[in-house]
Amino acid sequence: MNRVVITGAGTINALGHNVPATLEAMREGVCGIGELSLRDVERLSIRIGGQVRGFEAEGRYNRQQMSLYDRFTQFTLAAAKEAIDQSGLTFSGELSARSGVVLGTAGGGVSTWDDNYRSVYEDGKNRVHPFVVPKLMNNAAASHVSMEHNLKGPSFTVSTACASSNHAMAQAFAMVRSGMAPVMVTGGSESMLCFGGVKAWEGLRVMSRDACRPFSANRNGMVQGEGAGVFVFEEMEHAKDRGADILCEIVGFAMSSDAADIVMPSKNGAARAMSGALADARISRDDVGYINAHGTGTAANDKTECAAVADVFGPHADKLMISSTKSMHGHLIGGTGAVELLACIMALRDGVIAPTIGYEEPDPECALDVVPNEAREEKVSVALSNAFAFGGMNAVLALRAV
Amino acid sequence: MSIQEQVIQIIAEQAVLDPSDVTPESTLESLGIDSLGLVESIFAIEETFDISVPFNANNPAEGDFDISTVASIVSGIERLIAEQA
Repeated sequence: MNRVVITGAGTINALGHNVPATLEAMREGVCGIGELSLRDVERLSIRIGGQVRGFEAEGRYNRQQMSLYDRFTQFTLAAAKEAIDQSGLTFSGELSARSGVVLGTAGGGVSTWDDNYRSVYEDGKNRVHPFVVPKLMNNAAASHVSMEHNLKGPSFTVSTACASSNHAMAQAFAMVRSGMAPVMVTGGSESMLCFGGVKAWEGLRVMSRDACRPFSANRNGMVQGEGAGVFVFEEMEHAKDRGADILCEIVGFAMSSDAADIVMPSKNGAARAMSGALADARISRDDVGYINAHGTGTAANDKTECAAVADVFGPHADKLMISSTKSMHGHLIGGTGAVELLACIMALRDGVIAPTIGYEEPDPECALDVVPNEAREEKVSVALSNAFAFGGMNAVLALRAV
Repeated sequence: MSIQEQVIQIIAEQAVLDPSDVTPESTLESLGIDSLGLVESIFAIEETFDISVPFNANNPAEGDFDISTVASIVSGIERLIAEQA
């Protein structure tokens, strides 16, 4: 089996429009969550989110592109360009023919649905733009990345709610590891911060009205974010032969299904995903220095996740660090695992552990080192990234420093 | 129908019980209503009485809407109707 490394990273999210700005914000414990600015916000009871600001599609994309790019596609293309530029790869010939794109999204073009439903239902129009379907489809972002960068190998989109990105990156990893593709562009994107997107989440009654405080006893729910994270996964020898800068190695993954409840998480399902990733990577649990938690800030997730970590790691659970960067960028739903992978890369490459901000009161049911409020400098050689989705679908990635 | 009768009907439907099996003293837990069922019940109450119920599933006890029994829910609704009229 091939070894797989990351040679490029790109992002756009509430903390920054690229990787350096995002990592700087994570180091400083910046909160990117604020008051939502969107149409009809006054009719929402939840009015905060991790919105991407200062990102204007006008000027960045031409008129024809704008009519085809939903905001989730715009985010993806911006992040993919940063990642591929960093990798130094250009795709042509055999490399182009065998390399592809696997991306995650939960909702795809949610704001395109929203805008056009509004137009036909509220405004009473009987005609929509001809490109509504190709703009809103879940694979639109992956397709445009393939077109923009000449990626002609296997490409598709994975949709497993809040674990979409991790499932997508797990697929991309498996494809490079098996030799099916030399390079895969992978990650995920989400843009649900529109009236209908937030209204749907409100219905579940799990959203916080003031802040995302994962693991803190006074936490009161999740906060939505938006954005994208995209990476270049490359076969290690291919990367070494061309002298690429290697950000870290991906060493394993596992997926599990709770097969229990459509929204309540299961300790066992989460634990099986984490222990499965360790087994796949053939690493000892004692080598794990950092876990980027799913850490949504809901009562249900945080205590279940902490109990699962305690089960999997035993006494070592008290020695490792686990933080939730959702406290800073919000929950990017299908894109969240991709943006959170950046915190793992920062831990492995820079020895900086992103904090869980907004942490105010210890919770005995979350009695782990959650790196409260301030980033920490510590050398870490192995990191895990957790994602546990509605529907009980879990995906965990294991990464190692090079 | 009184508020209490309507609440009993909502709760009974959620619990898949006959309304005669639901009393003012019944707790939702004793009727087998889980957290998702509770969120659905709150939604049905809001729709039926055209009120907005302060309720966060992360901490059902946090708001001042007492969901411990059918009777406490009824008095909470009466208060919200008066406040939000």
